Amino acid sequence: MRSNMSQITEKVTSGDIRTVAKLIRDIDDKVPEAREFLKDLYPFTGRAYVVGITGSPGVGKSTLVDQMVAHLRGNGKTVGVLAVDPTSPFSGGAILGDRVRMQRHSMDEGVFIRSMATRGYFGGLTQSTRSAIDVLDAMGKDYILVETVGVGQDEIDIVQSAHTTIIVLVPGMGDDIQALKAGILEVGDIFVVNKADREGTDRTVNDIRLMIEMDEKRYEAGWKPPILTAQAVFNKGIQEILEEIENHRAFLASSLERQSALRYEKAKNDLTEMVKDRIINEVLAEIVNSGEFEEALTSIMERRLDPYTACDMIISKRVKTGMK
Amino acid sequence: MERKGQTKQGQRKVRILVAKPGLDGHDRGARIIARAYRDAGFEVVYSGLHQTPEEIVQAAIQEDVDMIGLSSLAGAHMYLFPRVVELLKEKGADDIVVCGGGIFPQEDIPKLKKAGIKEIFTPGTPLKEVVGWVEEHVEPRQ
Repeated sequence: MRSNMSQITEKVTSGDIRTVAKLIRDIDDKVPEAREFLKDLYPFTGRAYVVGITGSPGVGKSTLVDQMVAHLRGNGKTVGVLAVDPTSPFSGGAILGDRVRMQRHSMDEGVFIRSMATRGYFGGLTQSTRSAIDVLDAMGKDYILVETVGVGQDEIDIVQSAHTTIIVLVPGMGDDIQALKAGILEVGDIFVVNKADREGTDRTVNDIRLMIEMDEKRYEAGWKPPILTAQAVFNKGIQEILEEIENHRAFLASSLERQSALRYEKAKNDLTEMVKDRIINEVLAEIVNSGEFEEALTSIMERRLDPYTACDMIISKRVKTGMK
Repeated sequence: MERKGQTKQGQRKVRILVAKPGLDGHDRGARIIARAYRDAGFEVVYSGLHQTPEEIVQAAIQEDVDMIGLSSLAGAHMYLFPRVVELLKEKGADDIVVCGGGIFPQEDIPKLKKAGIKEIFTPGTPLKEVVGWVEEHVEPRQ
């Protein structure tokens, strides 16, 4: 086991594509050994710069990522891409189509592209995508681009493990921007209005600007998110996006205090998610398997019991503190 | 909590690459198949049009799929399909099952199978059969 372990670590850190691909699969499939390998790989992580790209379906995230990869490669950087698409809640299957826009990079040894499905209900996405970031990091990629559909809490979580988060929008979303305000707008470090040849680009840029300027806290933090326009299909505006990523990177690195706060936040976030994940997967599974869950469900259905009491009963048996 | 598309031990899920090799510009069929696989609980990576065998194999390896489904309507299958199998062998990835679908002359089918294409599906095959074949012949990697 031990020798196998160091062998895997060696293969991953030397960039062996098959080993990396298989390890990510094992992580996704929750194979117990994968955890051991991740422990071993951890010392080799922390070097890659992680960029999250998020936005509604159809705004052009994959095309943008494809162009960013081309530019980064042009600068001699190696790139890992994680493209996350939703799992069907009905069949558990998924169609992962982000690769379609990025296929021209598949023969490039300096680029590793992996499609991942959100899978399951219990926050699995967060954990396996985060671990996959670690693997690509240990593999030695300079940049890791994580593309997610920016709807729902899970996707915002993913964005939290990125150093720089890019929110992609398109013109003509109108009041949608208003709706985005509370969630996704707050996590954006850079805003990109893509498909900027379309009518309404200026209006959209202004709407975002207004939203940002209303939020004074952002100035206190010292970074005012730039709003850029792009036409990813025509390779326009990409250079500017990369420059802003570098500016943001320099900003993050400019203060030791900020760096350590950032590291603390990341560690806290990672550990919280990991503990949550284990509790959900192991404790909840135990509760379900014990039959107690079904029993409680029946009682609630027959209205012999209310769900609050049922929950208290299940929890108090397992958790000694907190309840009561 | 066993779910479709998963095996009993662990949470292994079948992953499939649906790919369009060559210059053939029609992917309605491939997309319908991808959809049917998804509805059966598989994870399907779709490659898009105009892929070379080299690109397909590279994508299959990076995505760690259990199977590649090749779609061809343009007549170049006798070169493209065996080439994919050959490249998989070269890369030591010949545990990946390859099957094909599309329009083929009858006499080509045994030749393709001999070249390592596990199954060939022709027009009119019910989706149920296409999906059932995967369930029967493709095991997620252990």
